[in-house]
Amino acid sequence: MNDRSPQPATAGVQEESLYEIRKKIYPRAVSGRFAAARWGFVWLTQIVFYGLPWLMWNDRQAMLFDLVNRKFYILGLVLWPQDIVYLTVLLIISAYSLFLFTAVAGRVWCGYACPQTVYTEIFLWIERKVEGERGARMKLDQGATTVRKVRLKLIKHGLWIALALWTGFTFVGYFTPIRTLGGEVVAGMLGPWETFWILFYGFATYGNAGWMREQVCKYMCPYARFQGVMFDPDTLIITYDQGRGEPRGARNRTVNAKAKGLGDCVDCGICVQVCPTGIDIRKGLQYECIGCGACVDGCNQVMDKMGYGRGLIRYSTENAVKKHYTEKQVVTHMLRPRILIYTGLLLVIIAVGAYSLSARVPVKVNVLRDRGNVSHDASAVEVENVYRLKIMNTEERDHHFRITVSGLKGLRMEIENQPISVGPASNRVVPVRLRAVRASGETGSNLIRFEVESLEPSARGTPIRISEKAKFIIP
Amino acid sequence: MSDFTNDLWSVYIAVITVVSIVACLVLLKAMTTRKMAPGEKAAVMGHVWDETLEEFNNPLPRWWMWLFYLTVFFSVAYLVIYPGFGSFAGTSKWSSKGQFEAEQAAAQARFGPLYEKYMAMDVKAVAADSQAREMGQRLFLNHCSQCHASDARGGLGYPNLADKDWLYGGDPEQIKASIRLGRQGVMPALAAVLGETGTKDVAHYVLSLSDGTHDSLRSARGAPLFAANCAACHGPDGKGNPTLGAPNLTDSVWLYGGGESAIIETLAKGRNGQMPVWGPILGEAKSHLLAAYVYGLSAR
Repeated sequence: MNDRSPQPATAGVQEESLYEIRKKIYPRAVSGRFAAARWGFVWLTQIVFYGLPWLMWNDRQAMLFDLVNRKFYILGLVLWPQDIVYLTVLLIISAYSLFLFTAVAGRVWCGYACPQTVYTEIFLWIERKVEGERGARMKLDQGATTVRKVRLKLIKHGLWIALALWTGFTFVGYFTPIRTLGGEVVAGMLGPWETFWILFYGFATYGNAGWMREQVCKYMCPYARFQGVMFDPDTLIITYDQGRGEPRGARNRTVNAKAKGLGDCVDCGICVQVCPTGIDIRKGLQYECIGCGACVDGCNQVMDKMGYGRGLIRYSTENAVKKHYTEKQVVTHMLRPRILIYTGLLLVIIAVGAYSLSARVPVKVNVLRDRGNVSHDASAVEVENVYRLKIMNTEERDHHFRITVSGLKGLRMEIENQPISVGPASNRVVPVRLRAVRASGETGSNLIRFEVESLEPSARGTPIRISEKAKFIIP
Repeated sequence: MSDFTNDLWSVYIAVITVVSIVACLVLLKAMTTRKMAPGEKAAVMGHVWDETLEEFNNPLPRWWMWLFYLTVFFSVAYLVIYPGFGSFAGTSKWSSKGQFEAEQAAAQARFGPLYEKYMAMDVKAVAADSQAREMGQRLFLNHCSQCHASDARGGLGYPNLADKDWLYGGDPEQIKASIRLGRQGVMPALAAVLGETGTKDVAHYVLSLSDGTHDSLRSARGAPLFAANCAACHGPDGKGNPTLGAPNLTDSVWLYGGGESAIIETLAKGRNGQMPVWGPILGEAKSHLLAAYVYGLSAR
């Protein structure tokens, strides 16, 4: 920074307002390979999202995140807050997948699977069914307020709100058993938090997919902004083949373009009209581009009609366009160190996560020493320490535990009747009294071990045995 | 304390609050510039950095200003609804104590029926019920185990609740009274009365009562001293008095240690045992369940 004294404004500087009022985008409907792929993802993600909470697993909901009781049911698995590490693993896997997919094929997540894209696609479909195609919608918005316009808008927003509320309801159904929730909605007995979250999630869906649309991607989404650093010249992006397309110009089908000195671009503007973020891909890669491929589908249709080859706009890489790679060369360039490292790391994390999940012991034990009375004399030669063992059974079946202790010579344990039964997905606190001859250990703290063993195997058939460290104090 | 409840302080706080809010409003008004006309260009402040970087004097974004106005509105609404404006309690009459009591009432409504079932039952019958025992154990671990230990066997100065020996009696009613009303066990300091030799003599007499190792000469000298100073509470035969909580000295149970030195310390300096009053904290139903749990510990 230069700390010069103030100077008068330079004459002739063009001042420009940095704030721009949004110009509403009316994406034109498009069909083709990539549109079909996107609809495939819409169906896949939404069938999973709306359907999953209705599935049952034995006598309970298959997917339920019970926040009140802090138990997270995922199919046959019951996770407790102590298992938070698996959430971390899941997030790391998601992050690395994002890095990998972005480095390989750009913003494919944005273009096909992101909820913002998916819900916008569904909301647009409703809009199209009610108000008609792009031209009709533009005319309707510009036209005077007529009974027809009001009616169409009411229908559209009514459908949007209904879908948004159902989405909110489904979302809350992951946290409150959805069948109970449905009953509460019908009976009008929803709790205040359930009401809030249904409305809030519904409002977010309605607002983001109905009104905000591409603005979420352009101004709100952080991923959209930092994805640039994950790109390199060999990343698949949507490209306009400038060498082939330019100079662009309208022409009749029968005209020989070469003779007129024209490129393949007929300047029909379809690629701009179908774009959900309202950009012109022919200007090159822009940060607004979500990589959805709508312009590719649109352009290919025009090229077919004109009898030109497909792929004037296509998924390709910066290097491929510049150096005229063949498709095979594009694929070879995908196997660059960066991709291999991402893939390697991802596989390692998935393997470690899967192993740790499969080797997870479904029982946890905490040993708590009594603090009020650290140690006391049981007799002239013996010392007594009192502990609490908190046994947590995360499985949905009864377990009976046998506790043993070792670490000091002649260490004796007094405990309520063994085996100790702990009900399904619950915990139990067991007071335990240990007694040892003063001379059997050193003055101060002595390391001992509690072994907690279940008489029944786990649901997977493996034996359950846990060893917990503890201290025995001799004053 | 009248200094703090004087009305002046309420007014003092209220005035500061009003002045602050008004000052915020004035500042906001002063910072709200007019909207620029279409095509009008913002003035340049005249600072230039890095050759071309200039500072424009654009008005603050309206939506942003509105957020600030909204905070003023929020604070006024808050002060009307909630307590905060001097001693004004707010239209909602909310208080943390009230919220706590409402939550307690809700918990009472939820768990009440469960407790009522046991309230209607006799302590001995409750003690035999396995679900009640689990509930009692949880209550015990939460409220009692800090002193009496997780296994209820107490420690030095804290009675063992799992044996057959009771200071204040082991009947269900007496256990319940100990929990609800608390107990105060006072052993007076007798050093001044007995003197050093006398204390030691009485200690040996006490040891002799429970057949402990003692000096028979000292114990013989201690006997009349015991009769004069100790028998009033511990009884002429040293068997104690549950009404006063005076321990039985003829058994092998010692609350503060049964060695010679420990007994001398007890005699010389006295002891103060205190069982807190739990009735108001636990309530009738939980006291009942706890009494049953404690009763069950030694009855088993």
